[in-house]
Amino acid sequence: MNAIKRVSSAEDLEKLRRGIRARKEPSKHIIAFCVGTGCIALGAKRVLEETIGEIKKHGLEIRVDVKETGCLGICEQGPMLIIYPEEVPYFKVKPEDAHEVVSKTIVEGKLVERLLYRDQVTGKVYKKIEEIPFYKNQLRLLLENNARINPKNIEDYIEIGGYSALAKALFQMTPDQVLEEVKRSNLRGRGGAGFPTGLKWETTRNAPGEPKYAIVNCDQGDPGAFMDRALVEGNPHSVLEGLMIGAYAIGASQGFVYVREEYPLAAENISTAIRQAEEYGLLGENVLGSGFNFWIGVHRGAGAFVSGESSALMTAIEGNVGEPRPKYIHTAVKGIRDKPSCLNNGKTWATVPLIILRGAEWFRSIGTEGSSGTMIFSLVGKINNTGLVEVPMGITLRDLIYNIGGGIRGGKRFKAVQTGGPSGGFIPEEYLDLPVDFDELTKIGSMMGSGGMVVMDEDTCMTDMARYFIDFLLEESCGKCVPCREGLRVLSKILNDVCEGKGEDEDIQTIEDIIETMKEASLCELGRTAANPLLTSLMYFRNEWNQHIREKRCASKVCKALTSYYIDPAKCQACLICLRECSVGAIQGEKDQVHWIKQEKCIKCGTCYEVCNFDAVEKLSGEHLPPAPKGMKPIRKRKGGN
Amino acid sequence: MRKTVTLQINDKEVKAEEGATILEAAKQVGAEIPTLCYHEELAPYGACRICNVEIERRGRSRMVAACCYPVEEGLKVVTRSPKIDRIRKTIIELAAVTAGEDVAGEMRALASEYNADLSRFRSRVSIKPTNCILCGLCVRRCVVASWDSAIGFLGRGVSRSIVLFPEKAGNCLICSYCRNVCPTGRITSTGPNPPFPHVDDILAGRK
Repeated sequence: MNAIKRVSSAEDLEKLRRGIRARKEPSKHIIAFCVGTGCIALGAKRVLEETIGEIKKHGLEIRVDVKETGCLGICEQGPMLIIYPEEVPYFKVKPEDAHEVVSKTIVEGKLVERLLYRDQVTGKVYKKIEEIPFYKNQLRLLLENNARINPKNIEDYIEIGGYSALAKALFQMTPDQVLEEVKRSNLRGRGGAGFPTGLKWETTRNAPGEPKYAIVNCDQGDPGAFMDRALVEGNPHSVLEGLMIGAYAIGASQGFVYVREEYPLAAENISTAIRQAEEYGLLGENVLGSGFNFWIGVHRGAGAFVSGESSALMTAIEGNVGEPRPKYIHTAVKGIRDKPSCLNNGKTWATVPLIILRGAEWFRSIGTEGSSGTMIFSLVGKINNTGLVEVPMGITLRDLIYNIGGGIRGGKRFKAVQTGGPSGGFIPEEYLDLPVDFDELTKIGSMMGSGGMVVMDEDTCMTDMARYFIDFLLEESCGKCVPCREGLRVLSKILNDVCEGKGEDEDIQTIEDIIETMKEASLCELGRTAANPLLTSLMYFRNEWNQHIREKRCASKVCKALTSYYIDPAKCQACLICLRECSVGAIQGEKDQVHWIKQEKCIKCGTCYEVCNFDAVEKLSGEHLPPAPKGMKPIRKRKGGN
Repeated sequence: MRKTVTLQINDKEVKAEEGATILEAAKQVGAEIPTLCYHEELAPYGACRICNVEIERRGRSRMVAACCYPVEEGLKVVTRSPKIDRIRKTIIELAAVTAGEDVAGEMRALASEYNADLSRFRSRVSIKPTNCILCGLCVRRCVVASWDSAIGFLGRGVSRSIVLFPEKAGNCLICSYCRNVCPTGRITSTGPNPPFPHVDDILAGRK
């Protein structure tokens, strides 16, 4: 990096930007590697090392730059890289592919066909990133820059126009004008409840007390959700810039970024970003010479889901145990140390610079009337294209799941989608054409949440899923108030009983009584919304509950206590594979004798089901188990069919 | 002097100082609201949720904890209704899951008043009764008494419990404040199952 130059005015910032751009050589190749958490887990770091080695081997260090970027979204296809200026995207790159990437694509200018994106359903190969259906159907406003910047280098962010929104706000707008613009944009909080952001800012601004605080919520503990992590890891300056613009509007002088303990890379990148912004004069005392002072601290959580709740988060920042407190007086008025504290989700803050630069009207033109702009979802579960997607509000669930997500894995049937994490609900097939926005999802018993979206297929048991979420919250409840702590304890016991075939008809009434009390009387939103998955499971999948309780049957064959494994004697080839793999010796038989399972020994681990090459092992639930075919000879299949 | 606000509690007009809670205002009109984790001398905590009342504000009604909710101009409060009773009954029954059926004090009185079946949920979950509903009164009272509490919470969620920190046992003033505020009769210095065993021994340097 060049000698750091502190910028002390808007003109300085523009000069710096021009300088950075002038230093770039347009003919130079850049290989951008996704080193988000997902791709790192898939081995991106080794691919990166190998590629750097290959570049050196070819003596191309002067002609090729390597850039480490944040998450590029299509995690299923990682490790991923993009070669600029041609914008060639390669997927599922292994370390041994590095040689070809350099020698073929960089040196000879040819594509490596097998590393291109191939649609899993149609088999079509795509050479351009924007043509891939996963990207084509998205509107990536917040995420698009992830591919172009190294999150650890502030100059990358400045090069693409970073901090110009901050300069505009500080020098061309009054705090009131910034506030007005955000209010007019109709931006709503991306953390879950969708509270109007401008209104929240105004509340903090007008509340008595100094100092005022502005806080980024990057706790996000929902199962299967990683939107905020990817944003803070991949583009931390966009979050900081939004936070600073907000702080200017609110009149806050101190900021915090609350990062959960499980996100070490996010904490590292945001801390680096803060340090660099301070060094460049974009943060701290007298920002850009405007007279605006703002400092930001990073607070790492201690690993509690409940700390994502605003009052618990603020209690944690104060240095106490992260437990919610009654907030009939909003945290926007009395938050950290009883001072006005404005907490917004990372995605909300990162949207602010876009609104300031492009205007409230532009923002309102995207999305639906009640919910403007885009929303980032982490699309996970039984879906072909697992990853991070950004779409305009109002897109239908069907578009999201089928056009972007590529449909259900293995051609199976869709059963439900869970939005909003443990506070949201299951949405059945009949609502697939529902437009996704804050209000529509709430109407059918779910919620937007912070953007988790878990897709479930026909093999998912909805009773078991309800049990899973209740058990998750049982682990995560702080235990302060009676309805949540004891309600979850009893619900968990009942649901586990139902899944084990020990449920009774009266249980439904007991569940409903507890749910009412939890919803109405719990201290915080964790308890108040804890029953949503359970409620929607009961509402939309009642037949599955009846099967479990009355027929002692799990149609999806997920609940172990209600499922048995059985070897079909007509299919078994007596190959001994399952017999050898069974860890408890439950499978009986020998060579040339059809195998059978000794039920009282079986622990239902499913290994035999997975290893059988002849589909002879079946799962049965609620059906009568045929007697064991002791000593029977297998009916051998002839090679070549029939 | 603080501003006063006018609100309605059970259709009766009440004037209360700004910043007062519904619970405090309700006392003026003699409306009984049960409490378990509340104490006049301590800051409201909002953990037992038994003091839930129905409020109507800007045409929308919801339930709030009376011990924490500050009075507002034009607020309409109902302190007793079939729904409130039903929820209070369920809360008592839920609290009994850990506390057990053999509780004394305020908890016992409320169980009779709201016709709560203390074994309803307890019978489902087999855990040892603790006689404690984790209202935290003893912990909060102890902080006030000795400035640095000798007792505190340990664990999260269902593993939450109240313990005596051995290294802080020296803070105990044997003031009995904790015993006096306990709504279930758990903290008794003579009982067979003392919550903070060996406290006397620790203080005397015997352990």
